[in-house]
Amino acid sequence: MSGRIIGISGPTVSVDLAGLKLYERVVVGEAGLMGEVVRLERGRAVVQVYENTRGLAIGEPVVGTGTQLTARLGPGLLRQMFDGLQRPLAAMHQSQGPFLLPGGTGAGTTAAMKLRFTPTKSRGDAIRVGESVGYVDEGAFRHPILAVDCEGTIDEIKDGEIGLEEAVAALTDGRRVFACHDWPVRLPRPYRRKLSRFEPLTTGQRCIDFLFPLARGGSAIFPGGFGTGKTLLEQSIAKFAEVDIVVYVGCGERGNEMAEMLDDFTVLSDPWSKRPLMERTIVVVNTSNMPVAAREASIYTAITMAEYYRDLGYNVLLLADSLSRWAEALREISAALEEMPGEEGYPTYLGSRMAEFFARAGVVETLDGRIGSLTVLLSISPPGGDFSEPVTQACLRNTGAFFMLDTSLAHRRHFPAINWFQSFSLYEADVVAQLDQQVAAEWGALRQRTRALLQREESLREVAEIVGTEGLQEADRLLMRTTARIRQTFLAQNAYTEDAFSTPAQTYQKIRQLLDEHQAASERLERGESPAHDAEVHPS
Amino acid sequence: MTATAAYTTRLSRHSYSTLRSIQGPLLFVEKVSDARMSEAVRIVFPDGHEAAGEVLRIEGDTVLIQVIGDSRGLDMDHTEVVFTDSVKRAPLSPGVLNRTFGGSFQPLDGLPMFVPERWAPVSGFPLNPVARERPQEFIETGLSCIDGLNTLVKGQKLPIFSCAGLPSSAIVASVLAHARSGGVNVAGTGSGSVVVFVALGLAHHEYAFYRQTLERLQGDFVAFINLARDPVVERLLAPRFGLSVAEYLAFEQGRDVLVVITDMTNYCDALREVSTAREELPGRRGYPGYLYSDLASLYERAGRIKQRPGSVTLLPVVTMPEDDITHPIPDLTGYITEGQIVLSRELHQRGIFPPVDVLPSLSRLMQRGIGKGHTREDHRKIANALYMHYASGRDLRRLEAIVGRESMGDSDKRMLDFAEAFEREIVHQGDARRGIGETLDLSLALLQKFGLSA
Repeated sequence: MSGRIIGISGPTVSVDLAGLKLYERVVVGEAGLMGEVVRLERGRAVVQVYENTRGLAIGEPVVGTGTQLTARLGPGLLRQMFDGLQRPLAAMHQSQGPFLLPGGTGAGTTAAMKLRFTPTKSRGDAIRVGESVGYVDEGAFRHPILAVDCEGTIDEIKDGEIGLEEAVAALTDGRRVFACHDWPVRLPRPYRRKLSRFEPLTTGQRCIDFLFPLARGGSAIFPGGFGTGKTLLEQSIAKFAEVDIVVYVGCGERGNEMAEMLDDFTVLSDPWSKRPLMERTIVVVNTSNMPVAAREASIYTAITMAEYYRDLGYNVLLLADSLSRWAEALREISAALEEMPGEEGYPTYLGSRMAEFFARAGVVETLDGRIGSLTVLLSISPPGGDFSEPVTQACLRNTGAFFMLDTSLAHRRHFPAINWFQSFSLYEADVVAQLDQQVAAEWGALRQRTRALLQREESLREVAEIVGTEGLQEADRLLMRTTARIRQTFLAQNAYTEDAFSTPAQTYQKIRQLLDEHQAASERLERGESPAHDAEVHPS
Repeated sequence: MTATAAYTTRLSRHSYSTLRSIQGPLLFVEKVSDARMSEAVRIVFPDGHEAAGEVLRIEGDTVLIQVIGDSRGLDMDHTEVVFTDSVKRAPLSPGVLNRTFGGSFQPLDGLPMFVPERWAPVSGFPLNPVARERPQEFIETGLSCIDGLNTLVKGQKLPIFSCAGLPSSAIVASVLAHARSGGVNVAGTGSGSVVVFVALGLAHHEYAFYRQTLERLQGDFVAFINLARDPVVERLLAPRFGLSVAEYLAFEQGRDVLVVITDMTNYCDALREVSTAREELPGRRGYPGYLYSDLASLYERAGRIKQRPGSVTLLPVVTMPEDDITHPIPDLTGYITEGQIVLSRELHQRGIFPPVDVLPSLSRLMQRGIGKGHTREDHRKIANALYMHYASGRDLRRLEAIVGRESMGDSDKRMLDFAEAFEREIVHQGDARRGIGETLDLSLALLQKFGLSA
């Protein structure tokens, strides 16, 4: 099935190809650019091209592929770096040099890979859709091979070395189970049921774990103006979070920062399993200068891979930096399609697309009866640091936790610059109850005390603005010294030192010590003694 | 077929006089049988002179063309549009060195055009993220507020956020004159370094100032000059020529290239003007919705490549309209670049040069470029201490404004004095060049004077 290009406008191309389906993937032009059908009219289809259309000519051929935009799922995804269309970047670097040329695929790199397959079913066994027939070992992970789209009775099953593209089992009706399969990225993967349980997900960041805890299967956003440390926070969490698999999406962000991150990730190890960090990580990167339409696709490609590992029974964390760039890509494409704009030029379906995306997070019982979770953490870059803009607002309607990054904290070099008054976590009650049992019975009580102290400091600060700190009561000055220490040594964490990661036990010890010292000093003060001046702190 | 050939050897002349309409800089041409997206075209005016143009959109046999340059004098009947069958390309050769060009790559220095070794598409190709080398080589600018607190490294893009009337050009000139890396001047012959200077919509007096600076450099440079009176559309082209040349010199010739683009605000305004003429949907403040992606396509060309010598370091100047850092231009710039150097009107009025406000300034790539083996082991500690104490001093200024200095405690007064001294002695340095050692020694001495530890 092939046709010709009849019109080109920015990233969209009109073709005269009949018989295309909506969202079908097409190959455009002599360079073989990838595209997706976004609108159909009689005799004309509009294709969104995932690469730069520069140099494309009228009359060049267009070929339909019959499939949607898919991600290839199977063993071998871990440790890889992909672009927004799941093309392997390292392979493309080898085959076409340091620059990304249009039409490159980098395909065929995994075809030669050999794996050891161990069957868990044998001939004559019945299998259902989504059930596993055996497994291969992928690094430290046991990687089950699922029967994705077929059920029946096994006629033949392999044991031993297999190629990645080969079938591992054949059914009596002739259908086969492959080690890899393709899944349409915009279609959420099925599961048996969604569970509403909220187990704590330790991020290693004290401010989050202690004040605004995150739950497995939950979602969180952190909006912040530029320079508030979004990327650094996101990368710290990617390094230290207590999960099995991390999928990191660099969506429309800086190339040098990705280079920095890849550099770090290859030398660091996972603090929980002590294995190299890259072994549990998949990176999807579409930097700001890579094509816009692929940027739009990148978060779907990433979440599909994340869902796949969830379906294998793992706890998966998806981090995207930043969702605003995805929304802007959506806006650019919408404008090229001449759709009616909504708020600030974003298409009116921005909110519903986002809701669908957030809905892909959760703890599920998989088709195979395993429990897997997918947690979603997204950074947002509001224009001018103004949180009233549509992307932040649409996210706030869907997210389970909100970490507001504060420009004034960042200017003071207080990182992570999470504002402790505006941020919230809806998982608070569930998670704290569990941490009370797991870490220390007074975890919840200490949280209350800490928050009360910080609240009190805020109102004292207003008084101090007028009368000066010297004009405050002795007890209030003591309180301000304590909260300064809490802010500087507990809530702030230097990402470049040992302190970058804190276990729940360490977090507990630290806050416990600070509050105990405060208690002791307050008691001394009540007895009329002078509260010992501990380490010099500058209220800032 | 090479690109050069594409310009000269066509089988048949591919030209049309079938204009449907002319709207400002936009031409609609009908009955075009074969056009390419972003194809470069030549427009022959009725009086015979020529201008360049670019294909913006193709709908069937109707092609929308953007005229680059002045469209005055075009008519419906005698205008001819010649298609070149290739996208806009930059000519590349070592012969580009020490030359001055206009925004369409036409020589402005009276010398003939050099013979290109090859041609490259002006928009370049995105660098594969896995091919990027992590930038970490310290560049000593000679300015304490940058070297000490917001360190620049090779391959970084670090904009200067200025306000109208502030001496951003003097700061750029000072960096060009004093920048050193690994002990050698960045701008100097035989050191492997080149300055690529792109002027966008500059007033003549500013240009004259930069001209003098470039002449005094005595090192290799390439200049692309678009002055305020020159065609607006050339402002969109000049930085792409500059960056194509920079990439060539860096990654093929192994030079360390420092690219200065001034003023990006004029670039964005040109983009807005062109976007409006194309009747595109306006975004914030009338700038097109793709401003972020467009700026990224320039800024992201800075960097280094693994296993290759050479680097592209980018210092764009952005004048913040209404001194507002949340204006879309500085805002989107800050989201793409690796930090920013923010100038302050208040410091300028107090006679401090360079008037850099270090609190909102930031260098994201500083951590790997400082310390042992790069600058000095104690650099990070000193920078953090200066920053923390200065921030608290600045906070206290607000209190001072309310309660007055007399009613403040001694420790608060000390911090106020520290902030003042920091601005006068560390940030302020006039025309002098300070090595990083000197910057750190001065900073240590200042901290000690106030009894503060680093």
